[in-house]
Amino acid sequence: MIVMSWFTQTLTSSIGKKLIMALTGLFLISFLVIHAAINAMIFYNDGGETFSHWGHFMGTNPIIRTLEIGLVLGFLFHIYDGLMLTKTNRAARPVSYASRNANANSTWYSRSMGLLGTIILIFLVIHTSHFWIPNRTNQFATGEELDLYNMMLTTFQNPWVVLIYVAGCFSLFWHLLHGFKSAFQTLGLYHVKYNGLIAFLGTAFSIVVPLLFALMPIAMYLGWVK
Amino acid sequence: MSEGNMRLTLKVWRQSNSNTEGGFENYQLEGISPDMSFLEMFDVLNEQLVEAKQEPVAFDHDCREGICGMCSMHINGQPHGPLQGVTTCQLHMRSFKDGDTIVVEPWRAGSFPVIKDLVVARDAFDRIMAAGGFVSVNTGNAQDANNLPIPKEAADDAFAAAACIGCGACVAACKNASAMLFVSAKISQLALLPQGQAERKIRAEKMVAQMDSEGFGACTNTGACSAECPKGITFDNIARMNREYLGAKLSSTNV
Amino acid sequence: MATSPRLDAKIPQGPLETKWSKYRSSVPLVNPANKRNLEVIVVGTGLAGASAAATLAELGYKVKAFCFQDSPRRAHSIAAQGGINAAKNYQNDGDSVYRLFYDTVKGGDYRSREANVHRLAEVSGNIIDQCVAQGVPFAREYGGLLSNRSFGGVQVQRTFYAAGQTGQQLLLGAYSGLQRQVGMGTIQMYNRHEMLDIVNIDGKCRGIIARNLITGELERHAGHAVLLCTGGYGNVFYLSTNAMGSNVTAAWKAHRRGAFFANPCFTQIHPTCIPVSGDHQSKLTLMSESLRNDGRIWVPKKKDDNRPANAIPEEERDYYLERRYPAFGNLVPRDIASRAAKERCDAGYGVGSSKLAVYLDYSAAFRRYGLGEANKNNITNPSEEDIIAWGKAVVKEKYGNLFDMYKQITGEDPYEVPMRIYPAVHYTMGGLWVDYNLMTTVPGLYSLGEANFSDHGANRLGASALMQGLADGYFVIPYTIGSYLANEIRTGKIATDHPEFAKVEAESKARIEKLMSIQGNTSPEMFHRRLGKIMWDKCGMARNAKGLTEAISEIRALREEFWKDVRVMGKVDEFNPELDKANRVADFIELGELMCIDALNRNESCGGHFREEYQSEEGEALRDDENYRYVAAWQYQGVEKWELHQEDLIYDNIKIAQRSYK
Repeated sequence: MIVMSWFTQTLTSSIGKKLIMALTGLFLISFLVIHAAINAMIFYNDGGETFSHWGHFMGTNPIIRTLEIGLVLGFLFHIYDGLMLTKTNRAARPVSYASRNANANSTWYSRSMGLLGTIILIFLVIHTSHFWIPNRTNQFATGEELDLYNMMLTTFQNPWVVLIYVAGCFSLFWHLLHGFKSAFQTLGLYHVKYNGLIAFLGTAFSIVVPLLFALMPIAMYLGWVK
Repeated sequence: MSEGNMRLTLKVWRQSNSNTEGGFENYQLEGISPDMSFLEMFDVLNEQLVEAKQEPVAFDHDCREGICGMCSMHINGQPHGPLQGVTTCQLHMRSFKDGDTIVVEPWRAGSFPVIKDLVVARDAFDRIMAAGGFVSVNTGNAQDANNLPIPKEAADDAFAAAACIGCGACVAACKNASAMLFVSAKISQLALLPQGQAERKIRAEKMVAQMDSEGFGACTNTGACSAECPKGITFDNIARMNREYLGAKLSSTNV
Repeated sequence: MATSPRLDAKIPQGPLETKWSKYRSSVPLVNPANKRNLEVIVVGTGLAGASAAATLAELGYKVKAFCFQDSPRRAHSIAAQGGINAAKNYQNDGDSVYRLFYDTVKGGDYRSREANVHRLAEVSGNIIDQCVAQGVPFAREYGGLLSNRSFGGVQVQRTFYAAGQTGQQLLLGAYSGLQRQVGMGTIQMYNRHEMLDIVNIDGKCRGIIARNLITGELERHAGHAVLLCTGGYGNVFYLSTNAMGSNVTAAWKAHRRGAFFANPCFTQIHPTCIPVSGDHQSKLTLMSESLRNDGRIWVPKKKDDNRPANAIPEEERDYYLERRYPAFGNLVPRDIASRAAKERCDAGYGVGSSKLAVYLDYSAAFRRYGLGEANKNNITNPSEEDIIAWGKAVVKEKYGNLFDMYKQITGEDPYEVPMRIYPAVHYTMGGLWVDYNLMTTVPGLYSLGEANFSDHGANRLGASALMQGLADGYFVIPYTIGSYLANEIRTGKIATDHPEFAKVEAESKARIEKLMSIQGNTSPEMFHRRLGKIMWDKCGMARNAKGLTEAISEIRALREEFWKDVRVMGKVDEFNPELDKANRVADFIELGELMCIDALNRNESCGGHFREEYQSEEGEALRDDENYRYVAAWQYQGVEKWELHQEDLIYDNIKIAQRSYK
């Protein structure tokens, strides 16, 4: 118990809460890399052969399946901690300003992480109910995987769905644009020699990954990928 | 005593004390000179109010040269007004235009309760300092000042962090009313110097704990604090504090 | 001439060099168990107050500290820019304790007490050690050792500094020590409290009456000793470099209750301040004396020359300080530099729209530093523009914050055009009379730092105020207070229900009610401005008997008008800065009268006190050592009535000479 007291004390402190956000955030970023890389296999345009091969691996490999639990937990922690942070931070200013020129000192997206995160969460609910939930449900029920590639082709014929996905990617872009380098700041990882590199990587990542994601529904909708 | 010709409309927060509700009052001012400081403009307003047998606006101020950290107005949506690197007392009316409407509010934070009008209590900062913002060296215990060379870079960085005037603009600017720039400046200063090493861990732990118990928000790295800081305390101080605190928590023997 | 029997300075016997060390070893001690039962009240939390409170608490005394600001860290020591002197001789340029002592006595125009100044010089080194140990980030050289610069009136480099924010760094160091004790519960801190009076019981100071500035409540606080560390009274001139809140109230109330006020007319007019820009001006801003290290001061050779500074060719510029004082040049002491500027402006050579300014020019420094950079980087034949650009970069590193401040206030860029400067009231050498122990004429009542009169004579050298404040607080009072408190161990806790507390509190209350009840036509601010004008015109940089006599009657009339016509808005029982101000202005008015009386009494010119009747043919101050080599300590005897007591100044170790910086 004594050991736990300093540990929980650390994680519930203001900096500890930031630490959880940063660590889970970076973990989710690493997930994004895998997710984007495997889904990008559709651009082979080989009727989903390569994509399905890797999809099968991700869906059945026991190590990956175990890690998946961690991923879900990562999401939950990131969301829960974000909500807690928002709550305490709101409480820290009970009376708000009548006049506020916040754009003079900070970017709008850095101040809107909660909002962007909520949009991403809504998108996630839609997104998982399109693919992940039906697939896993089917696996549990029958042991068989669904043909995700064809499900994608079908789903992305609806222009509204494509629009929602693109909007989700925009939110992700801004969320990452602040979140990536913010995580390094929170972890205290800064150095005059590497700050530039981190900033560059953060921006590049925030553009490349959401762009890649956004291109998937667009490509399928427009028939670039069949 | 009017010698300029600027006309202004002031929208000023008036509140009798911490127990009553406040609200905005509008005031018209004429004959303001662009060479006046913002507080001298308030002197003119107050003189006008006394003349009209009304109560003058209470505001904190002392040195009027940008170093004591006492002045604290939130002007047109920004702490210390529109200029960067400047306290309210050093802000001059040449930064405004004839005919402008200027909204003036107190610092807003749960940990900075309003005492009256534009005056807030910043005692929380003193308590954070009392929790660990020092080197425990009793008078008379010191060795010769040059016995311990300190690399110029470390001394310069420590000085840059130590330049904080404790005005609270960082809290006022932060959307979360977080005090992390203030706290990190002191933790950084002492962590950078050899004299601060003995208490390095316990200092970070105690100051952060006190900061949290005062009810300040948590940092979300927007950088508003540093952008509004009249003394240019840099944002990497917060990164350093995070590292100091987490490192201390993981490795200190305080269970 | 003989020292008044009321003024026993209690200077230890023996040779100057060993007075302090011997005294320190023989002063009575209080044992730790007894210290816990002795309470000390410290009023003011600047360098002297914060360092004294922290150190006394470390020793085990129970301390209560008071400041009128919202935090002890705001005290005006924070605004000191240039540096702090110490006889460390780190630069190997021949400095020593004796030299610092000698420079200070000479700089003070032979009107300070030898023993006190020598002690100050002795402990100066410890101050630097203590501050460095606290984590004060002084400027350093690349080798990691401390850097020094020069200041006025001195030919060695003994000034330690932290850019242009030395006072801030030193105060934050002392404040951190104070807060550490607050955290440990050994100091009880009362911020937003103003001391309104002292309480004497049976001839000893036993406490204070303080007003809680938030609630307006009057509070009684008892202590076995009371330390007034309340700074100077430069704001009597309305416009000064002091903070808006700096006031004389604590010292003045102590004076009215028996503490003698010494040399009140000794005020320092600082030569390098930003000139007044208009009637709206509420305070003046200092440009650090350190700027005189590298800047050159000049006016046009031609009268009423209206050309812009950069259009005036080199040969038409009069570098009057270098001309008049070749040995010290631009680094003459403050009083001399100030008077020389006034002399030029009065003669019609002033610059700027008001003609009340001289130029402080950095163009030569830009060039010199630029060439240095070129040399350092082995660049041959650099272009003139490059040289100036490099030079500006060096100057920016040394004085950047001062240049920025100048630009912010005046709207002019000092990197492009010379700065305009003019003298302004800055520091008061006078203050409560104290003996060697820093005790006033009221037993148990002490005064430290700028609030006392002791170390700077008639003129303070630059970078010595920080030194004195910290010396008094860190290294003097912790020892000397023992000689008094050792006899207080049997006193027991002092009760605040003593009739004397009730009486003084009632008087404070009555005065506040009186102030609130007048409801006349004039704000306290207006009275303050009018007082300031009288003082500046007639008791400022130059004084004469006629003006001073006029000033005395004008101030008396002003006082009567004040008590009939002041208008204080707001309520008694809440936060009310107008009431605070009225209280302070009322005391300033009384002080102003005494300053003029003192200036009129001193028929000589010395240091910051320049009587026009007493000057050499070259316009230098003419001292009268025969008749005025004394401290004038004034005893309050009622409205408009003071009795003069003299303390003779004896110089056993220094040969008095006409001060010369030529």
